[in-house]
Amino acid sequence: MNRPVTPTELQLQDDGPLYVAQKKVYPQSVSGTFRRTKWGLMALCLGVYYLLPFVRWNRGLGAPDQAVLIDLPNSRFYFFFIELWPQEVYYFTGLLIVAALTLFLMNAVGGRIWCGYLCPQTVWTDLFYAVERMIEGDRRERMRKDAAKGAMKLERYAEIALKHAIWLMIAWWTGGAWVLYFNDAPTLVKQLVTFQAPAVAYIWIGILTATTYLLAGFMREQVCVYMCPWPRIQAALTDEWALNVTYKYDRGEKRTSLKKANELRALGKPVGDCIDCYQCVAVCPTGIDIRDGSQLGCIQCGLCIDACDSVMTRIGRETRLIGYDNDINIHRRREGKPPIYRIVRPRTVAYVVMIAAVGAIMLYALLNRTLLDISVLHDRNPLAVKLSDGSIRNAYTVRLLNKRGFDRVIAIDMDGPVNATLHVVGADSVTKDRPMIVLPRDTTTELRLLVTAPAESNAAKSVPVRFRVTDIGLGEVASATDHFVSP
Amino acid sequence: MTEHPDIDQVSGRTTTGHEWDGIKELNTPLPRWWVITFYATIVWAIGYWIVYPAWPLLWSHTTGIWNYSTRAEVATELANLEKVRGDKMVALGAAPLADIARDPALLALARARGKTVFGDNCAPCHGTGGAGAKGYPNLNDDEWLWGGSLDRIMQTIQFGIRSGHPKAHESVMLGFGKEGVLKRDEIVTVANYVRSLSGLLTAAGYDAAVGKKIFADQCVSCHGDNGKGNQDLGSPDLTDKIWLYGADEATLVETIGNGRAGVMPGWVNRLDPSTIKALTVYVHSLGGGK
Repeated sequence: MNRPVTPTELQLQDDGPLYVAQKKVYPQSVSGTFRRTKWGLMALCLGVYYLLPFVRWNRGLGAPDQAVLIDLPNSRFYFFFIELWPQEVYYFTGLLIVAALTLFLMNAVGGRIWCGYLCPQTVWTDLFYAVERMIEGDRRERMRKDAAKGAMKLERYAEIALKHAIWLMIAWWTGGAWVLYFNDAPTLVKQLVTFQAPAVAYIWIGILTATTYLLAGFMREQVCVYMCPWPRIQAALTDEWALNVTYKYDRGEKRTSLKKANELRALGKPVGDCIDCYQCVAVCPTGIDIRDGSQLGCIQCGLCIDACDSVMTRIGRETRLIGYDNDINIHRRREGKPPIYRIVRPRTVAYVVMIAAVGAIMLYALLNRTLLDISVLHDRNPLAVKLSDGSIRNAYTVRLLNKRGFDRVIAIDMDGPVNATLHVVGADSVTKDRPMIVLPRDTTTELRLLVTAPAESNAAKSVPVRFRVTDIGLGEVASATDHFVSP
Repeated sequence: MTEHPDIDQVSGRTTTGHEWDGIKELNTPLPRWWVITFYATIVWAIGYWIVYPAWPLLWSHTTGIWNYSTRAEVATELANLEKVRGDKMVALGAAPLADIARDPALLALARARGKTVFGDNCAPCHGTGGAGAKGYPNLNDDEWLWGGSLDRIMQTIQFGIRSGHPKAHESVMLGFGKEGVLKRDEIVTVANYVRSLSGLLTAAGYDAAVGKKIFADQCVSCHGDNGKGNQDLGSPDLTDKIWLYGADEATLVETIGNGRAGVMPGWVNRLDPSTIKALTVYVHSLGGGK
């Protein structure tokens, strides 16, 4: 249809603002089950984050005694009884797979549990809001103070300064705790206090102070709405059975004021439970209206449930007008059927099975982790050397890994070529034909091995060769294969 | 602007006033942040001119107030590297040659340093892995013209072979044909005799007794009665399986007829003592060291 359009009309459509300005959110304080849950989880998360570096774990002499430590200079990761080397980074891959699947499982069971309760962005923003509320007052007061920008008094300036000071202090502690995971915590704390710590520690504290301060103090819900990929992925992963924070419009509509509702109810006319009090909107940390339905901006923290419940209690109606529910049950209730909840369904079972499978593989790998290992690399140039008596020599570079916390003696055996002899460059063996080496603790050792064999008994162009190392004391064995080639 | 801007009737947007064949350019202003960023980059560039080398002059360029140059950066980095290496290389220089292989840390350092230096200086003739080529000895095997002990390898590296240095290894494999000492058929006969020393096949009709006689007359002074060679003279063992130039009759005839005198330069004036030590240990550790 070609409706004539005036140029000015088009211009208005076209020349809209290039960006949407942030609408400041003033979440109101609220109390209830979900608020308490959030406080508890916040205490747990922050407690673990700030205190974990100080937990000690005895690993014996010479090894760090910090329970969780990322030792970058020595390329080691310590987690209680686990010590990982850089080449074992696949454990982290496994961990990330489990984490992702757990996120999917949470989502299939109870929606954005991660976003609402556990995500660092949520936890720190919640903490920053608490500070703001403590100093500047609740929603209405903060709105009034912000509106009166033109006529600010000294107390108001002091208030703002105090708020930012506390925010910065929290942010500084966040960065401070971060660097403790990369160094011996008590030592570093001492160094930090006496300004003896390495510059890189201060730089990282600075970076994390800045990001925490900006993300939790200013960007807040913008991170969830505009920056985070999870809401987009979550929307694609959810299904009709997943429980999400839902406004039960079957019960709530038609919404009307309390007075009108009471009048209509007295007349026996149908009326909804929602009294349009906007408490759910007032407490929302992302400033959305849950009654518009499931939406990207909703982090499902459940605070609107608490707000609505307290209102419903006060007006004598049944609570959980907003609650964890799904569309299926809304429709079932409308048809007069009882709601059904299906936590166990193919999707959740599949996630659990996958988590269990990956977890089992990781556990198996961890329990069967080799503490003695060998890798071998054949010399490329020359591949083979003819000696004066006509015999053939191949040279190999071998790297041995001793992942134990003590030195140990290993013997090297070789089999493959017929009548071959093995020599380790630089190692004068105690026992002839079976070279023995001391492997220093918790490190790798590189050796040059020479294998010499008579040409006439090894006519093939290439013979498989196997190097086997045996810990003389513990009997641990590791082996690697390569080839013995003729010129 | 006081005058009313021209508005494009189709899109309803203002135009820039530019017109080509009736086609007008729409005015599509950039977002403010974009414009600000653009100006900021210009200001940033001016900072660059002041601080870094920027403008070409006739014979040189402006140096900038930081006096930065990539060449100086390389020099600094190399100096830092030498400083880092310094202590370790001093320890290597102080250690007796024979003890280096017994200390895993020193051995690793010597092999690493030696491998680098070998690649820079020795590889053109001996190959990157020291496998050699015709006329250039393979350093991985166990045959040594001038000795394969650590001391003798070091001596060879330091002063070279026929390099002109007073301490260099000197010897001559005479050109027996060129000098008129042996005739063509005598050379062929003795070449076959030499082949027989290491069990190689001899040509039909070859007279072993004559060959032996010529060898005893002309060759034993350097190569020894039984052809085992002499490492003090750099004369190769003729009884083993390793041939520097080749063991076929034609090559041997050429060798005996024209003589051989390979040259290796001495490195004592080009590499510092601890580096030569590292190189010695590296070559020795390739596998053939005695």
